[in-house]
Amino acid sequence: METRTATTTRPVMEATDLVRLRRVSKIYGDDAKRFVAVEDVDLDIRVGEFVCLLGPSGCGKSTLLRIITGLSSPSLGTVLYRGQPLLGVNPHATIVFQTFALYPWLTVLENVAIALKARGVPADARREKALHLIDTVGLDGFESAYPRELSGGMRQKVGFARAMAVEPELLCLDEPFSALDVLSAEALRGELMELWLNKVIPTRAILMVTHNIEEAVQMADRVVVMGKTPGRILTVIPVTLRHPRHRKDTAFQGIVDAVYAAVAGRTRPEAETLTQATRKLPRARLNAIAGLTEKLALEGGRADFPRVAADLGMDLDDLLPVVEAGELLGFVTVQEADLLLTQLGRAYAEANILARKEMVAGRILRLPMIRWIYETLQQDDDHRVDKDYYLDRMRPDLGDLAEEQLEIAISWGRLAELFSFDSDTDELYLES
Amino acid sequence: MPTRRLRFGPGLLRGPGLTSGDALVLLLLVALLYAGVRLAFGAPRIIAGPSISTSPSALPWYAILSTARMTAAYVLSLAFSLAYGYAAARNRSARRILLPFLDVLQSVPILSFLPVVVLSLNAILPQAIASELAAILLIFTSQAWNMTFSFYQSMTTIPGELREAAAVFRLHPWLRFRVLELPFAAIGLVWNSVMSWAGGWFFLMAAEIFNVGDRDFRLPGLGSYLQTAAVAGDRRALVLGIVTLTLIIVVLDQLVWRPLLAWTDKFKVGTVEGGDAPTSWFLRALSRSWILDWLARHVSSPMAERADRLSRASADGPVQPLDVEPASRRPSIGLIFTAGVVAAAVLYGSIRTAALLFQLPWGAWGELALGLLATFGRVAASLLLALVWTVPVGVLIGTRPKLAAVLQPVVQVVASLPASALFPVLAVALLRVPGGLSAAAVLLMLMGTQWYLLFNAIAGAAAIPADLRQTTELLRLSWVDRWRTLILPALFPYLITGAITASGGAWNASIVAEHLRYGGRQFATLGIGAIIARATAEGAYPLLLAGTLIMVLTVVGINRTLWRRLYVLAEQRYRLE
Repeated sequence: METRTATTTRPVMEATDLVRLRRVSKIYGDDAKRFVAVEDVDLDIRVGEFVCLLGPSGCGKSTLLRIITGLSSPSLGTVLYRGQPLLGVNPHATIVFQTFALYPWLTVLENVAIALKARGVPADARREKALHLIDTVGLDGFESAYPRELSGGMRQKVGFARAMAVEPELLCLDEPFSALDVLSAEALRGELMELWLNKVIPTRAILMVTHNIEEAVQMADRVVVMGKTPGRILTVIPVTLRHPRHRKDTAFQGIVDAVYAAVAGRTRPEAETLTQATRKLPRARLNAIAGLTEKLALEGGRADFPRVAADLGMDLDDLLPVVEAGELLGFVTVQEADLLLTQLGRAYAEANILARKEMVAGRILRLPMIRWIYETLQQDDDHRVDKDYYLDRMRPDLGDLAEEQLEIAISWGRLAELFSFDSDTDELYLES
Repeated sequence: MPTRRLRFGPGLLRGPGLTSGDALVLLLLVALLYAGVRLAFGAPRIIAGPSISTSPSALPWYAILSTARMTAAYVLSLAFSLAYGYAAARNRSARRILLPFLDVLQSVPILSFLPVVVLSLNAILPQAIASELAAILLIFTSQAWNMTFSFYQSMTTIPGELREAAAVFRLHPWLRFRVLELPFAAIGLVWNSVMSWAGGWFFLMAAEIFNVGDRDFRLPGLGSYLQTAAVAGDRRALVLGIVTLTLIIVVLDQLVWRPLLAWTDKFKVGTVEGGDAPTSWFLRALSRSWILDWLARHVSSPMAERADRLSRASADGPVQPLDVEPASRRPSIGLIFTAGVVAAAVLYGSIRTAALLFQLPWGAWGELALGLLATFGRVAASLLLALVWTVPVGVLIGTRPKLAAVLQPVVQVVASLPASALFPVLAVALLRVPGGLSAAAVLLMLMGTQWYLLFNAIAGAAAIPADLRQTTELLRLSWVDRWRTLILPALFPYLITGAITASGGAWNASIVAEHLRYGGRQFATLGIGAIIARATAEGAYPLLLAGTLIMVLTVVGINRTLWRRLYVLAEQRYRLE
């Protein structure tokens, strides 16, 4: 391996786009049960570039990756690869999967070699090349092991070796480190960056899907921030820091904050919410809000979003809905990349269990959906209403999400002791 | 087996209730039945079966014949399962036809078709060939459905990322089948093969001993050997026959099924080592064989390599996106024509069936209804009897690993003896019991059904999580409460699965259990099985058709209403996972 030249940003060698998406949408189902996974996406991936797709779960980033590789076809819009429309699965692209996607009944060697076999490489050449790649990722000695005998990190190395075996121009990574423990993930990230920056692999561009903001800022040349319902691109944040990048650097932290602000910036304050009847409830447990307010109270009422996430050991995916719910109840507000505790939030954090219940009950009754459920139950003679009654009325607005939304409403109502659900009769009923 | 936490029985495709698709499938069956009965009109009045020797020297030959029939039917079933399951999983329009078909077929009492099939085949073919074909066909229809269903289910539950990896790395269809689809389906396929094989013996024995009135459809084999020995009262031959049958079953288990089960364990997806992996001394011995190693290196590997290369050459081109079903072509003229012919045939068959049924006097219908009721009563009684003893015993074995280790192999051998082989033996003894054949038939059904329930009870008891058991201990619940709050609810899904299979088995058994020929005399009791047998003997074709139809409709109906509802309830309410 050549000496490390990894201290400079990788220069853009050619101005040509490897991938060009124009007005790409992906819609599942038909009119009655329509679900827009990705809407109206324009995206270019240039030669020499490392691009990250970042966003909360359900924002369509994985769908977009599958559209780019040709595994999935867009409902609308065009996908160009090197200027040509993409037909079928892209032969120049490959994927490293979140769950590794190794065949458990094949050995490490066979798992790597199968990719070559499918391309018609003869047996001897196949073996030689596979062995070389296994060597490259540092797994020599494990050729005849089965995946189940390896640790997560080692399995993902096999995943990388297999992907590199076909010498892809475009290497796609679908949350490749999220199923690994922290140390393995960090080590593997470093090794990948070394291969990429030193051009050990013939890959021309890398596209990585992740929901880990620091990971994205550490590795990518550009971070494409996506938002959900419908999945779309919110903003693109370039990262021009030199490699290797250090997480403690102020410049690094500045970009991390900017990305956090971009991701969290779209949550809306409470006042705006109450006027919208069909505003969706975030998928969060109310218990978690108690944890969040307590944490913020400890921090003196204001804390850095990334810090809170790290301290609570929560992913962005887990934390965002909780913050959204906190905003909805008026306990928390977001400013830039900071979380602020409101007066009400502080009172809540300091209250005992009973008082908390009453506070939450009072707050969530301000939400149109919860109030509507509560009032219909009150008006009913025996205070019991069939679940389908609600679902039928929620579907026109919420479509497929109706079921999930009602579930969240029930779980909130239960916690606040407003109403509950009888799974034997499928009815909601008033708590007496 | 219970450590695998598998339930023993067919899977269910959909929720309860009959659909228009089901009606179509049933109509098609009616047409087929009609065609069979129509053919049967030409069956000879007297059919002389082969003379069966009870000499011990004939046993090896009979054993080979029986095993060969089983093997032929199994190979047929396997080929069918792979082709049918593959087509249903990969092609949406095929799926729409194939799945409802499979769904009805797997709940039809197969043995009720035996008389129609042997009679119609005897009409067009020489007796020996006709009976052979009928036996193989019958075993096939008993084996194929659950294997097909298992393969289809595996095909459709392959994890998304494994399928995507296959597409991204451009595995062509053959390679994808060899590397992904078949290995992923292997475990389910082998477990179902074991079940199918065991079930197959039941139907083989029934086919080998089938004779009514002057029509003797028997086949030379272990089943007919046992029957002849029982009728002749030759105890030595009886014992020898049963020992031989047991020996074959045990040897095949040790040399074929157990090694296969142990071998397929490597196809487990998921990395957590859960439960005990099945082991096999034979497989361990084989894996040390140099000859096999040499063969693998110099024969099978190069052959696989060549097959892979050849199939690759024929499959070059862009790989389709996974979310696009292969473009469904407009149905060709040929397809429309075929569909038209089939529809016309079904219509004609249904009309003729109705016409044939109208020939039946009202009295016959009354008799059929009475017979149906009697058989239903016997099926219910045998199920209840089986539950009464299998649940306590199953819980006893399932919750005590040490006891299970000792008893499990014994129970397995006893259970794998096909009840139908023992019918002639037991029936001779049972004829003297009060209640005569009527009570004997219940016991004979019990013979066939109790094992499904026992295995499921053991599996269910073994699957109760230790923490729940310990909590129950800590709570010091009374004996009654412990059963009511923990054991019975935990067993419920398993017992339902077992009972579905068991009741199917009991209905099947009625065909051979309700009538008996012994010492030149005919014994029959009131029941739909006996009516079908009598109609076969006398060549009363409208009655045969009506009896078979009523039985099929009843069993499918009970399956769709009672069992499915219970199954859904069990899945939703009582699943421990």
